[in-house]
Amino acid sequence: MELPVIAQEAPKAGGCSAGSCGSSATQMNGMSDEIRVRVQDHPCYSEDAHHYFARMHVAVAPACNIQCHYCNRKYDCANESRPGVVSELLTPDQAVKKTLAVAATIPQMTVLGIAGPGDPLANPERTFETFRQLAAKAPDIKLCVSTNGLALPDHVEELAKHNIDHVTITINCVDPDVGAKIYPWIFWKNKRIHGREAAAILIERQQQGLEMLVAKGILVKVNSVLIPGVNDEHLKEVSKIVKAKGAFLHNVMPLIAEAGHGTFYGIMGQRSPNPAELKNLQDACEGDMNMMRHCRQCRADAVGLLGEDRGDEFTMDKIEAMEIDYEAAMAVRAELRAKVTAELDAKRQKAKAAHAPAAPQVVQFMPHPQKLALAGPRSGIPGRQSPARRVLMAVAGKGGLVAVHFGHAKEFLVYEASAAGAKFVGHRKAEQYCAGDETCGDGESVLDRTIKALDGCEVVLCSKIGFEPWGNLEAAGIAPNGEHAMEPIEEAVMAVWHEMLAAGKLEPKPSTAKCA
Amino acid sequence: MALEIIESCVNCWACAPLCPNQAIYEAAPPHFPHFLIDADKCTECVGDFADAQCVAICPIEGAILDELGVEMNPPGSLTGIPPERWAAAQAEIAAR
Ligand code: SF4
Ligand code: SF4
Repeated sequence: MELPVIAQEAPKAGGCSAGSCGSSATQMNGMSDEIRVRVQDHPCYSEDAHHYFARMHVAVAPACNIQCHYCNRKYDCANESRPGVVSELLTPDQAVKKTLAVAATIPQMTVLGIAGPGDPLANPERTFETFRQLAAKAPDIKLCVSTNGLALPDHVEELAKHNIDHVTITINCVDPDVGAKIYPWIFWKNKRIHGREAAAILIERQQQGLEMLVAKGILVKVNSVLIPGVNDEHLKEVSKIVKAKGAFLHNVMPLIAEAGHGTFYGIMGQRSPNPAELKNLQDACEGDMNMMRHCRQCRADAVGLLGEDRGDEFTMDKIEAMEIDYEAAMAVRAELRAKVTAELDAKRQKAKAAHAPAAPQVVQFMPHPQKLALAGPRSGIPGRQSPARRVLMAVAGKGGLVAVHFGHAKEFLVYEASAAGAKFVGHRKAEQYCAGDETCGDGESVLDRTIKALDGCEVVLCSKIGFEPWGNLEAAGIAPNGEHAMEPIEEAVMAVWHEMLAAGKLEPKPSTAKCA
Repeated sequence: MALEIIESCVNCWACAPLCPNQAIYEAAPPHFPHFLIDADKCTECVGDFADAQCVAICPIEGAILDELGVEMNPPGSLTGIPPERWAAAQAEIAAR
């Protein structure tokens, strides 16, 4: 089967990037219909679906065949969706048991991934044994795998056999000179190879693997770790190339580097990008590519809805004690899936209907919550529709509602509000600047760090907020807002935007050109 | 002629499947969790590969020693972190 190349040459700025007009979800702009259908109910890719469906990872792959400067093998990899938490290594049999136990207990669990703690394809026997058993025992679970790409071309054939839903390749560069600053060595053909030569081989294998997967009709997502000063500008080029080759999504994640992690970058003082840098890069790449904004760099062994970790319920000793009737569970799972799919379909239909009539009006208020995010081309130039500028708002949300107390929020969802609607653009972690006492700066409170993490946002929506944070937020130029508690997020965001508009606060400001 | 894996091994399994002599095994408690080399089986890969395979893939500096106790992957050789820099960072962390 041939996969269409996703978007044609997209206009550099403004206009409407190919295929994005009238699409039913912002994130899926530029995606072909076929691919949209394949990912729209996927918890990791669909903003809609991740409220309903869940994924899990099993740690069956300990070995790795390359070294990255952001990784210390004494711990789990700090990047590539498994931030620094030591996970329980499972045998393939244990992994299968755990997956069945979780799937039977949490019928929303629809995706099983193998991501580490090493490289799944550097442990082909363990990885494929797990896939083989699951494909036979639980055909209703989608399987996915992440890889650094070095061994990928050798395993495409086998991946196609196991009905792998999608493959994630971490591609941080396409230039060996950049790669030499990211990868100190690879293990290749029974030798350890260092430096530029190593990077050149890795890059070639990644690109070859990407092409082979696309040719086989397997969905490919590309992850990149944004390393300031090393590959930040370069990632725009990466984005262009992987799109041209048929990757359906490009997910740019911030580097996590701290001395306490013992990584090269951590020890050598390489800094992590700040939220604004990350967003700027995601914006710059988005004109060319579908970007994934709601990735939370979940732990490899996380269980549960994105961001909601239930791993503790499924430790190996608890699983061994469980009796699982998977046949019965499958019926329950099918029922739930049908229900949620119908719900999501109805939402999408409604969104389409709401969007269908002509171009959005200047200050049109659309009362349907989820639909606003979906309305209109993201690339719309404000000047064309309205002089009112875009505003970033942080939301302490849960299940699609403004439902979390400011002080309890572990993370904030960031929306960009404009005349075109509310667009989900990313997450900010409340504790992003706090990785435990040993790394916290002196005198900087958790609140200060949270406020720092909200840099660039003008409003914070939450269900409630205390007196002290209220004052501090205002002092930092962020307006706290607790008036939309329990309202659907997009509706609340747009209501606030319209209030700001009515109050004359949305005159274009040259100083905030990035938001405008 | 044999190499030795010591307790700084992080149990990553990378070396075991590469050994041409199946000399590498997972230690039983109390050494668990780390791998060991059966000195009777290890040939240092002579005759099979130009480089000792376990040494060539092991990500942990200092985890594999030769018969004289010399580290096959000395500090800084794999991570690129200069040993002084590493020591300074460790001291700083310890002092917090
Ligand atoms: S040196 Fe070669 S033979 Fe000896 S343990 Fe390592 S891989 Fe096996
Ligand atoms: S490769 Fe090194 S760290 Fe990994 S198991 Fe072998 S000796 Fe231990």
